[in-house]
Amino acid sequence: MANTVDYAALKKGGFMRQKQKGYGSLRLAVVGGNLTAENIKTVAEVAEKYGKGYVHMTSRQGIEIPFIPVEDLDKVKEELAAGGVKTGVCGPRVRTVTACQGSEVCPSGCIDTYTLAKELDARYFGRELPHKFKFGVTGCQNNCLKAEENDVGIKGGMTIEYKEDACISCGVCVKACRTEALSMKDGKIVLDSQKCNNCGRCVKSCPTDAWVGEPGYLVSFGGTFGNFIYKGEEFVPIIRDKETLFRVTDAAIEYFEENAKPSERFRKTLERLGSEGLKEKLKAAYDNENK
Amino acid sequence: MAENNEIKFDDEVDITDKVCPMTFVKAKVAIDELDDGEILAIRMNDGEPVQNVPRSMKEEGHQILKLTDNEDGTYTLYVKKVEE
Repeated sequence: MANTVDYAALKKGGFMRQKQKGYGSLRLAVVGGNLTAENIKTVAEVAEKYGKGYVHMTSRQGIEIPFIPVEDLDKVKEELAAGGVKTGVCGPRVRTVTACQGSEVCPSGCIDTYTLAKELDARYFGRELPHKFKFGVTGCQNNCLKAEENDVGIKGGMTIEYKEDACISCGVCVKACRTEALSMKDGKIVLDSQKCNNCGRCVKSCPTDAWVGEPGYLVSFGGTFGNFIYKGEEFVPIIRDKETLFRVTDAAIEYFEENAKPSERFRKTLERLGSEGLKEKLKAAYDNENK
Repeated sequence: MAENNEIKFDDEVDITDKVCPMTFVKAKVAIDELDDGEILAIRMNDGEPVQNVPRSMKEEGHQILKLTDNEDGTYTLYVKKVEE
């Protein structure tokens, strides 16, 4: 009885309407791009039993099972849940939190992206907002996860400190640096802090630990990469701890909730109002000032 | 033991004919053939190789001694082999 189906309610639960009447593509919940082998087996079984035996990988690390008959939806959700697989969301709410593999796996990573993605997911996933809202977490300046295309993008970085006594003046860091922030003068390394992008490559490459890096979060706001493309901007300095990070992300999402018109993306709100109001709110959160 | 300015080395390898990731592979094969404590001189191109190969050798547990600019678009990295 396709005519009486409430597609808006289904969409909220991650069931995407298809061209083919009576069928939908079911979006699954994935956090930080990881699924267990058991999850994947369950998905495969459901796709064979109820769908057409294939899945679609979305652009944001999600999985959808196309061609699910709408009348089978409850059974499908039950079988998925039994295998530890939850359904995703669509529509005006916080979407899948994406992440690269991060410092627990990748030699380039500066932060533990997967743990952070799970924390963001627990804090925000599915929260109702004026429009869709995306978080992405990437471990370093290589930016495999494309932080700035998200409404809030989080990128791992490092603030660096030079321990001259440990330096053997080998010159490796000068070449490892991609922003020409380092140079060698009279056998000593000179840092131009203005040019440093906190990538931490000097720390990672130094053979004697003469560069000491403190991991941190570089956060960008208002990115979007759909109909309209805009690179998210960093409105606060590098953040050192998770408490501050969550105060800042809370502030961003609250600002969006309070100021966006219905169906208006974060970037469009910032264009309509200017970014000063958001910057003030973010600064207060960053400084931990009670408003 | 050959000598080049201040650093003495036991073997050398030229990876300027390779591109990533074969640059590192060729260097790794060369250092694997050395004994613990011996020094390898690796000649590599400016750009990605010199940005990444030193760090990869460090991550393999070897000891970086010096990176020298040959002023011909190449660099030489001196690495002491460290057996795990």
